[in-house]
Amino acid sequence: MNLNNATISELHQLLISKAISAKELTKHFLDRIAEHDNQINSFITVTPDIALEQAKAADRALASGKHTMLTGIPLAHKDIFCIDGIRTTAGSKILADFIAPYTSTCIDKLNNAGSITLGKTNMDEFAMGSSNESSFFGPVSNPWDNTKVPGGSSGGSAASLAASLCVASTGTDTGGSIRQPASMCGLTGLKPTYGRISRWGMIAFASSLDQAGSFTRTAEDAAILLEYMAGHDNKDSTSLNLSVPRYTAALSKPLAGVKIGLCSDYFKEGLDSEVENLVLEGIRELGRMGAEISEIELPHTKFSLSSYYVIAPAECSANLSRYDGVRYGYRCDNPVNLEDLYKRSRSEGFGTEVKKRIMVGTFALSAGYYDAYYRKAQQIRRLIKNDFISAFKQVDVIVGPTAPGTAFPLGAKTNDAVSMYLQDIYTIAASLAGVPAMSIPVGLSKGLPVGLQLIGNYLEEAKLLQVAHQFQQQTDWHKQQPQSFM
Amino acid sequence: MISNEELDLLGDLAQLSLDPDSRESTLAAINEVLELVATLNAAECENVKPLAHPLETEQMLRPDAVSETNQRDKFSQVAPLFEEGLYLVPKVIE
Repeated sequence: MNLNNATISELHQLLISKAISAKELTKHFLDRIAEHDNQINSFITVTPDIALEQAKAADRALASGKHTMLTGIPLAHKDIFCIDGIRTTAGSKILADFIAPYTSTCIDKLNNAGSITLGKTNMDEFAMGSSNESSFFGPVSNPWDNTKVPGGSSGGSAASLAASLCVASTGTDTGGSIRQPASMCGLTGLKPTYGRISRWGMIAFASSLDQAGSFTRTAEDAAILLEYMAGHDNKDSTSLNLSVPRYTAALSKPLAGVKIGLCSDYFKEGLDSEVENLVLEGIRELGRMGAEISEIELPHTKFSLSSYYVIAPAECSANLSRYDGVRYGYRCDNPVNLEDLYKRSRSEGFGTEVKKRIMVGTFALSAGYYDAYYRKAQQIRRLIKNDFISAFKQVDVIVGPTAPGTAFPLGAKTNDAVSMYLQDIYTIAASLAGVPAMSIPVGLSKGLPVGLQLIGNYLEEAKLLQVAHQFQQQTDWHKQQPQSFM
Repeated sequence: MISNEELDLLGDLAQLSLDPDSRESTLAAINEVLELVATLNAAECENVKPLAHPLETEQMLRPDAVSETNQRDKFSQVAPLFEEGLYLVPKVIE
């Protein structure tokens, strides 16, 4: 078996049959990172010592029979998750030397299941971006074409998996930061329902939107990871106090009778015609597999971008106020007084995009403007949520494109903020409503991957994963890999 | 659209200093976003209750009991300047 494109479930079989040890598997991926990551810059920190120590423990667990599906599986984690003793930067200069003093609940659960941490992946600074070009640690290249972006903000997690430098990776999605890079890198990317996975220890961008999720090769692997990542956490008051279903159990159900909604608002001006054709062909394939396709309406989708670019900056301006150069993080040289310390530490520590969003958010929350911006954006957020509630009375899953185009050239949109923000035009509505959504590969356009977005009702991840898994039984787009990393 | 004076106020509120060389581009960039979000005004929202949070669930309460150990020493190790149990900042009171 080629280890480079193997899934979690395939590698689990190899590990429990002793065809390979966790140590051998871990060394394989560490060697690949050492050999190939200089081409794509997908890792900020590689943790070989920790990985090999974890592999040793995994081999002991495998030998004793006390293993899980994740025992010995090498993963890469977005550098937004705190891990005790490991540098955690959020892609920012302000945290460039921050060694986290505790481990996030999500990663703790994956560690406890016996998985291996290969390292921390590159990302847009504080998850603000759609191309992974705002990282203090440099841009990430797309393994399918290293002159193109991998998408963002979880660009490093997506690129590292597309380049077969790990078996799966974690990410976070605030407005599309898992789904859009999954689409651009030809991967399965899952953003669960808001609150399904604990946010504790995940560096905050916009707290009412941030949600952890995964990049995997298949929907089956996404289901496996979610079973371990999901669950209530006393430390996160927004984590849902509900039991975690066995997501893998529902995968094999056929699509007959599943109702799929198509929204014309997702196929308007700005969508690349080849992307549109591939997405529509993917939807026709779902129809041939027995799903019932019907038109639905999400009339307030057109306001999602404007609502998001008020709410997310507003929350970020509050969340990022904690970076003051006093308790942790970057501190400017020779501050003359306390105000100088705050202002220069923050101005020198944050990048351009982050500072802009803090200012926009500060404006939206300021006296005299609050009602016109923040309150109005929240009212629209309710209308968008109501749209989804109505739609899910008619259908089980909503489908459409994940992104308006394929991966674009590095630097092409860095001076055009609106064009960059439009990258998330199809993903933001699900984030505002808090419903689960995923992206799966649906074809190649001029050699670059295209993603099909699936949006589900609250807590209906199992339905999404079932549709995605069934689609992947009939198609092989998810098995395509970039030539230079096979 | 915000003016130069409002930009100064935002800088103060957000504790960010404005580099004179990039001041113009910062102002233009913020106004570009505000222009984008101005489409909010076209939405009919009368009598719509604002949605602050997607879940709208009750805030979870915990028993009023100590659940964490004091890790002051560990947390102070990541501070830029820490001495004798104190986080050091420039003199506040002359």
